[in-house]
Order: sequence, then C-alpha cells, then structure tokens
Amino acid sequence: MMRMTTLTQALLLTSALVTASAFAASHVPADAKLAEDQTFTYRVLDEHSSVDPQVVEDVTGAEVVRDLFEGLMNQDAEGNLVPGVATGYTANDDNTVYTFTLRDNATWSNGDPVTAQDFAYAWQRAVDPELASPYQWFVELMSINNAGEIIKGDKPVSELGVKAIDDLTFEVTLSAPLPYFPQMTTHSTTFPAPKDVIEAHGADWTKPENIVSNGAYVLTEHLPNERSVRERNAKYWDNDNTTIDKVVALVINDENVALTRFLAGELDRTEVPAGQFPRLQKEHPGVAISFPRLCNYYYTFNLSESGPEAFKDVRVRKALALAVDRKIISENVMAGGQPEAYTFTPAAVAGFKPPTTEMAQMSQAERDAMAKEPLAEAGFSADNPLSIDMLYNTSDAHKKVAVAMSQMWKQKLGVKVNLANMEWKVFLETRGNQDFQLARGAWCGDYNEASTFLDLLDSESGYNDGKFSNAELDDLLEKAKQSDDTTPLYTRVEEIIAAEMPVIPVYHYAGVYMMDSDVGNWPVNNVEQNWYSKNLYKIAQ
Amino acid sequence: MRDARDRFLRNRAAIACMIVLGLIIAFVMIGPQFAKWSNEEIDWAALGDLQTLGVPSIESGHYFGTDDLGRDLYARTIQATGTSLTVGLIGALMALFLGTAWGVVAGYFGGRTDSIMMRAVDILLAIPTTMVIILILVLVGRSFTALFIALGAVSWLTMSRIVRAQTLALKNREFIEAARAGGVSELMIILRHILPNLLGVVIVYASILVPEMILAESFISFLGLGISEPYTSLGALIAEGAGTMAYGTLWQLLYPLFFYVSIIITMFFIGDGLRDALDPKDR
Amino acid sequence: MFSYTIRRLLIAVPTILLLVIACFFLMHAAPGGPFTSERPLPPAVLANIEARYGLDQPLWKQLWDYLSNIVLRFDFGPSFKFKDRDVNDIIAQGFPISLTYGFLSFLVATLVGVSLGILAAIRHNSWIDYLAVSLGIAAQALPNFIMGPILILTFTLWLGLLPGGGWNGGQWQYLIMPVIALSTSYMGSIARITRSSMLEVLNANFIRTARAKGLPERTIIWRHAMKPTLLPVISYLGPVFVYVLTGSVFVDLYFSTGGLGVAYVGSALTRDYAVLLGVTILYGALTVVVNLCTDLAYAWFDPKIRY
Repeated sequence: MMRMTTLTQALLLTSALVTASAFAASHVPADAKLAEDQTFTYRVLDEHSSVDPQVVEDVTGAEVVRDLFEGLMNQDAEGNLVPGVATGYTANDDNTVYTFTLRDNATWSNGDPVTAQDFAYAWQRAVDPELASPYQWFVELMSINNAGEIIKGDKPVSELGVKAIDDLTFEVTLSAPLPYFPQMTTHSTTFPAPKDVIEAHGADWTKPENIVSNGAYVLTEHLPNERSVRERNAKYWDNDNTTIDKVVALVINDENVALTRFLAGELDRTEVPAGQFPRLQKEHPGVAISFPRLCNYYYTFNLSESGPEAFKDVRVRKALALAVDRKIISENVMAGGQPEAYTFTPAAVAGFKPPTTEMAQMSQAERDAMAKEPLAEAGFSADNPLSIDMLYNTSDAHKKVAVAMSQMWKQKLGVKVNLANMEWKVFLETRGNQDFQLARGAWCGDYNEASTFLDLLDSESGYNDGKFSNAELDDLLEKAKQSDDTTPLYTRVEEIIAAEMPVIPVYHYAGVYMMDSDVGNWPVNNVEQNWYSKNLYKIAQ
Repeated sequence: MRDARDRFLRNRAAIACMIVLGLIIAFVMIGPQFAKWSNEEIDWAALGDLQTLGVPSIESGHYFGTDDLGRDLYARTIQATGTSLTVGLIGALMALFLGTAWGVVAGYFGGRTDSIMMRAVDILLAIPTTMVIILILVLVGRSFTALFIALGAVSWLTMSRIVRAQTLALKNREFIEAARAGGVSELMIILRHILPNLLGVVIVYASILVPEMILAESFISFLGLGISEPYTSLGALIAEGAGTMAYGTLWQLLYPLFFYVSIIITMFFIGDGLRDALDPKDR
Repeated sequence: MFSYTIRRLLIAVPTILLLVIACFFLMHAAPGGPFTSERPLPPAVLANIEARYGLDQPLWKQLWDYLSNIVLRFDFGPSFKFKDRDVNDIIAQGFPISLTYGFLSFLVATLVGVSLGILAAIRHNSWIDYLAVSLGIAAQALPNFIMGPILILTFTLWLGLLPGGGWNGGQWQYLIMPVIALSTSYMGSIARITRSSMLEVLNANFIRTARAKGLPERTIIWRHAMKPTLLPVISYLGPVFVYVLTGSVFVDLYFSTGGLGVAYVGSALTRDYAVLLGVTILYGALTVVVNLCTDLAYAWFDPKIRY
C-alpha cells in the first residue's frame, strides 16, 4: 500500500544522513531567558486509549507515547528525519534490508541499556496476534518480511524479518523495496518495549508505578478522564538538552470551557473553537495561531447502485461542487485559516504540488454562473428541483459547514437539501453500507505523501465509501508505485477528480491553537504535527 | 367539574400564565408574519461580521439578532419554540398516561403484578438510554414520531413509581375500603376514587417534565433521532448560545432562554392551578 | 417486612440478570461495533482483535463467558477502548469520584429543595413562597450546560477563585462548582414536588380534623403532614439518587472530574461493550437497592402500606 519513488527515496536518504551527521544541539536560542517553571500544560479533547507504544491508536495517546518512548528515528520541526535511538542507518542496494546503528548511551528509565533486542521484541510484539494491536496493519504496511503471515497466524512471531545482530545493530528485512521505510520508524508502533517489565506486570505495565520507558519523559501520574503527567527522565541520553521539566495533559471535553481555562492561565495550549479565530487573533495577537495540517475535508457522492440516479450524472456533481463558496466556509464559517480546497490532496503535502484546477482559477461569480447550466442540462429546474440528502456526523463545526453548503445550493441552484446528522458509529456504519446520498468525509495523512489521500479514491480502497471507480485513476495509482517521477501521475489523478467530481473537496484542515506566547519552538511547520516536548521551552515573561 | 373550573378561574396566577402561554402560542403562529428572514436563510453579510451586523436590530430585520451562521434568530426562535412546546407537552403527556396507567395497576393490584411491573421499571431505569435511542433510530428511522417514542420511553418510569406509591397509600384509606365494601367494581374504584386523588401529584410532576423533555430532545437529536437542521429546538438553541456566551454574542443565549423560562413559569403556575382546582379534598 | 425484604433481594438477582441480557442484546443490535472506525481494519487484524476479546464467539457463548467471569472471578472484562485498563479499574477509579460529588449534590439538593418546598407551602402566598418559587424556577431554568460555563467563567476567569476543573483527590476547591451545578438541576424539581404535595396534604380532611381539634400548627405539620407529604418526594428521589451517585456526564464533561458519568456515556458512544455492561450492572444494582429502600420507606411513612 505504501508507495514511494526511488527519487524521493534518494532525497530522503541523503537528508536523513546529513541531519544525522549534524548533531542536534540545544533547541533554545542563545538569547532566550528561560522561565523558572518549565511546565507545559495542554488540553486534550479525550482520554487517551493507551500509552503502550504497540497498542496506542489515537493521536492523543501517540503524543504521550512520543514523549515517553523514543524510536529509531525522530522528526524535527519541519518533519525531517533526525536520529533517535539510532544514530543512522544503511540500506542495501534494492532497499529491502535496512541496518540501524543504535547509540551506545541510550538507557531505559531504570538504567538498563536500550538494545537492538528491545526493538526486535517490540516489533514482534506489534504483530503478535495475541496482543491483537489495532496497529498490526501498520507493520504490514512497513512490508517487513512475514508480517502478513504472522498476523494471519500462519507463522510464529519469531519469523518476523527483524534481527538484533548485536546489542547496537538492528537489521530489518523487507518483503518489498520500501524507500520510505526509515520515515515509518518515527511512528509509535515501532518504539522499543521493555520486555522484563511487560513480562513482570502484564497489562498493568503502563501504570505510572510500573512503567519503564526510554524517552525524554516518564509517566508519573495518570487520572483517567482528568489528567496525565509526565516528567523529565534523568536517564534519557540527551537529558542535558531537554528544557521542559514537566508536561501535563488535561482532558477537557468542551472546547469553550477549555478556552475559558486557557484565558484564566490554566493552559499553555488549547484549540480555538470554530469561528472564533479572527476575534481571538485581534484580542490576543501572537497567541492565536493557525497553520496548515495534512488533512482534507470533503463530501462524497454515493456513486454505487444504492446512490441516487442524479449523482451518476457528472453534470449534477459538477454543478454542486461549483456552487460551494469555499471562501465563505473557510473565512467566515470555520474562520481559522483553513485553506480552500479545490483538489483532494492538501497543498501542505511533501513532494507534490497539487495542480491549480480550472475551478480554482475562476471567481465565485463565474463558478455560480457555470453551475446553473449543467444542472439545467441534466434536467433539473425550478419545476423539477434536485432534492438530495446530506449526511454528517454530529458536531458543531460539521453542522455549520453542512448548513452553509445546503443554503448555497438552495439559494443559487434551487436545490432542496435534507440535512441529517448521526452519532459517529452509526454514521460510519451508514456511510460504509452506502446507505446515503451525500456524506461528509475527512482524512488525515498516515504519512506525508500524496498517495495517502489519492488512494482513498482507488476503486479497491476500503475507504472509498462513495464507490467511485475509474480505471484510468486506478491504473495511474498503480503506476505511481514504481515510478521515479510521480508528479505527472498524481497531477493527472487530480485532473480526473476535478473532471469527474466523485467528491467535493471543501477545505483543508488547519491547526488552530491558542498557544501561550511563552512557549517556544512549537513545530508549526510539521504538517503531521508530530511534536516532542523535549524540543519545547518556556521563556520568562 | 364546574367546581374545578370555577376554582381554576379564581386562581389569578394560573390565569395569567394561561394568557402568557396563549401569547407564546400566538407568537409562534403569527410571529412569522413579521419576520423578514426565514428560519434557514443565511444572511451572508451578517455571517461575515456577527459582532456588528448580527446584533439584534429592528433595522436589519434581525429582531433577535442572528445565530453563529448568520441565520435570523427571530425566525429560528419562533420555529424552535413551537417545536419545543409540542415536544415538551406531548412527551409529558405520554409520560403522564403511560406512567399513570402502569403505576396505578401495579400499586392497586399489588402482589405479584406489582412485583413484575416494578422490576420491569427497575430494568428500564438502568438500561442505557443511548442504546435504546440508537435502536429506535435503526428500527423506526428518523421522524417526529420516533422522537416521541424515544421521549416517551425515557420519561414515564419515574412517573410510574410516583403514581404507584400514591396508589399504595390511597388504596388502604377508609373511603376506598368503604367503596369496596359497598360492592363498587375495581375499575370504578380506580376511575372514581384513585385517579382523582392522584391527579394533583401527577399534574405537578408532568409540569416538571415539560422542560425536562425540552432538554432531553437535544440529546436525542444529538444521537441523530429527531429534529435536524435547518429546523431547531429551544434546547439546541440554548446549548449553542451557552457555548458562545463569552464571545460577545450573548443575545444568542438570552432570546431562546427567555422563551424557555417563560414556558417553565407558565407550566409551574398552570400545574399549580390545575392541582388546586382538581383537588377532590375527600381523603 | 423482613421476609418482604428478603424476597425482594432474591428477586434482585434475576432482575439484574434480565437487565444484563437485555443490555447485551441491545448493544449488539446497535449499528457499529467497538472496532468500527474511519479506517476499516484489514480482515486479519480484525479477526485477531475479535478473537482476543472473544467477539468471534456466538453471542450466547459471549454472554455465558461474561457472566461466568463475573460470578467466578468478579472480573468484568477488559475495556475495548482503553486498552491499559479493565472495567474493574475504570469503575474503581470513577465511582468513588462520582459518589463523592454526587452524594454531596444529592444532600444539598434534597435539604435545600425540601426545606424550600415546605416553607413555601406553610407560608403559602407569602414572600417566602414567592422567593422559593422563584428560586425553584431559576434552578430549573439554568440547565447544566448553562450552569457549567457560567460557573467556570465567573469563578475561574473573572474572579480567579477556583480552579476551572479537575479533581485532585476531591479537595474542596474542586468540589464546589460540580456540586453547585449538579444540585441546582434537581433542587427546583424537589422543591416543586414538596411544595405541592404539602399544600395538598394541608388541605386534606385529616389535617382539617386535626386543626379542628385545636392542635398546634407545629404539631400538625411535623406529626401529621410531614410523612404523607414526603411520600411522592421519596418516589422522585429514588431514581434521582441513583443518577446522581453514578455521576453526571455534564459535570464530568464541563469540570473534568473524571467520574463515571463520562465513562458511561462514552462507552455507549464508542460501543465499549464491557464498560457499558459493567456500569449498567452497577447502575442496575443501585436501582434495585435504592428502589427497595424507597419501598421500605413508604411503609415506614405510611404504616398502612402493605406489599
């Protein structure tokens, strides 16, 4: 499923090696006056699912795990690969065997050295059917030898293509060439696990009193649905360059309450509720910040058998897509600096610049004018108005976007829209069963490459709930796997999407935060938002 | 019955509240005539600048201001008040009939009947409402009827326990025993003697249920059953307004809240008046 | 009464069993399972996960295993969502929190509500009555989702007196806002029911007879009117007591108290079957016990009541 070109591979490889040689110094600028209290407190929406690196499946949990554990490689503020426990790696000629060299000064929080065996154990654990990690698929995606068979239960975990050559040399054998492989070792599923501790405590090993970790922080307190606290790990190899002493994640479900508590000084970071960004930016300049994220937001037409006849007519799909005034949605409804979307892939993606489609070049007035004609041609008029059902999962922001879109269609095209919201799980089931006409969709990149988005529209994709099927598009995506130059292929895919309109891209996500001005080094340029507390610092104010 | 009516008419607070309720209903019926905007139309200009163009103003036609999406709050409040009043009253009435019937039968016949019926209530009290509502959504689909089924399903249980307790106390009173000794049938005893004596507490509890139903509706709609955009309800409007109350758009909370509070007050005094009027005073 | 109590406790077992069965099939009938996600899991992965949690077994077998684990080991199973914790953990952590703020709120709501109601009825149509009625209406008019933000804005942002949320072992600073928010939502209704019940009782023949006998008003109210007044109040309080003890999802959501309310509602939304069942059993057990207690209280309030 993972696709990458040899060209990008070469680029990645060089960049990894270069950064590896330039040893990272402290992240704090020389002239910064540090605050006395180096505690970073941030809001999380929900309780994390787990802090077990092989088990964790949510973003909130992964943020904690990235602080507690350190994998082979890390990401820097731009999302580039930098050394973690490994100081570097080499690959064989056809990119099927990777050898990582581990640093000799990395230790667990109990003083034991971090060894290649810890990684081998962790990776075997990740595919172990008995542990039944929801992220088993990720190891399969990494193409590690025998991963698929082990997951299916056809081979024992010991057959996994990982090997500790010695304490500091870790070798991975892949079933297919995968130039992107080192990037994947920044994912929490690949972080090492302390075998002795896990065997001694079983499922309880992640409790603060039992946990042993190798990252810059250790878990010291966990009050479910209230807070979790992690504190500096004195045994961490790069502890001298760590500035933040303590990180507190507070669970606050209501975003408005979270904002109030931020304004009361209880938090260093929280999300800005939809629509409030312009006002907050005016009142708190420099504190309200917005930056692009690697996620898209779209509506998908049901093009399957069960979908409405009208949507099988591309003119109808086009008319609806044209009449959506994305500027209003982006500037007035969401109002958080979300980029308007005319392509499926966000512009923030690395290595591919999505084309400027015809629609993107027009003014909204031109689009509106252009929308009327195809709809009339398709046989819809004031006497015979198009009537559609529009489905979204319950959320204040989704509701606003859906209502705004429905009103645009109604006012400009006379389309009758029946809005329906559903609770998340029912929504997924309904959409997955093609029991809808027009449904909301959104996707955040699993990795920073255009195929993570474009694959969704592959006719074979399990996520293609609209059941769009286009032979040329499938073919292009297949070709991109082996291609040296993906840009023309991906560009063509976007052109097909623009011509066929199986989905209506609405906007691309932005990270919209209230970030206390004393927090330094937040990686706004890391579009995947993989941040590490050890790289942050707080200045005195 | 005439007695009861006279007593009710003498209760000034209750009459005043009947008038207020009448005014609210009249507002819901006639109000739209004066609206310059429909309940779903977005005022795009106001959406761009809520703080200045979205404020309540006679001039702009947004008498109650606009909501967060620039939709006219006057039209929306009217529509929401009508919906919520209907939801509240029907929900409370369902609880009243179902709960009273269940409670009277359990309490009056007692013994095994009581035991089985009340254990059923225990089970239903403890069963997760969310799951019940989701299942109704799946079985019946989204509709106004489904919403009422869901509201009814969650509201009658406490009513039945209250009614049963009162019935238990009533059925051993002298006048009931006298009636029974006089050969009056069980049905007649229930209809003539038990029910009238229950009315007071039943009406008062039903009047409490009206606002509770109005709020319960917003949870049911959250799960996807019931009222969906562009239609709205007081519960939904108040919840939206409460979320943004600190952002300089307080009118979004205050107008819907005003109608909600008016409904609570009228329910309070009308309930009280009815209770006074219907009190048989023959215990 | 003693044999009645024993009988009721014996019935409690099949009652809860029925509750478990009903809840079990209800949640399996609801669309979406615990592992339904935006990213559909590959079949092999899903199979492993289902095998681990026993979801690959036929439903009756799952139910049987679930029940036997409870009976034999008092083990309510693992959480499907929070993989580091099991249901026993979740309840052991959340229930004491809910119990603390819930019980305090119940006390406040009942004491204030009943006193207001009685005062209002005794001084019918006096300023006390109007005050009580207004307070009752105000309490009803400010539902949790208005109370929560208002309290946090006032006490945390503007006055800077109280922390905006959290639990911290239940220190008083963290308790104040949850208790105010939760108690006000029931106070109004309690006052309302008490007031009208008292008014009705004071109008009844037996009180008139007592008055005619020239008994002092205080004796009439405390000796004769109080018990029948409280009968419907107790019926109302029973279910309220259970709701409040097991926590309020609104309190947990707004004040990050970490109680059982958020775990319960969350488990229903994420289809975390084991947590949902576990909390439902707790809920059911409390309902059965509390309703038994109210039934016993009826008999105490009105000795003529027989079951």
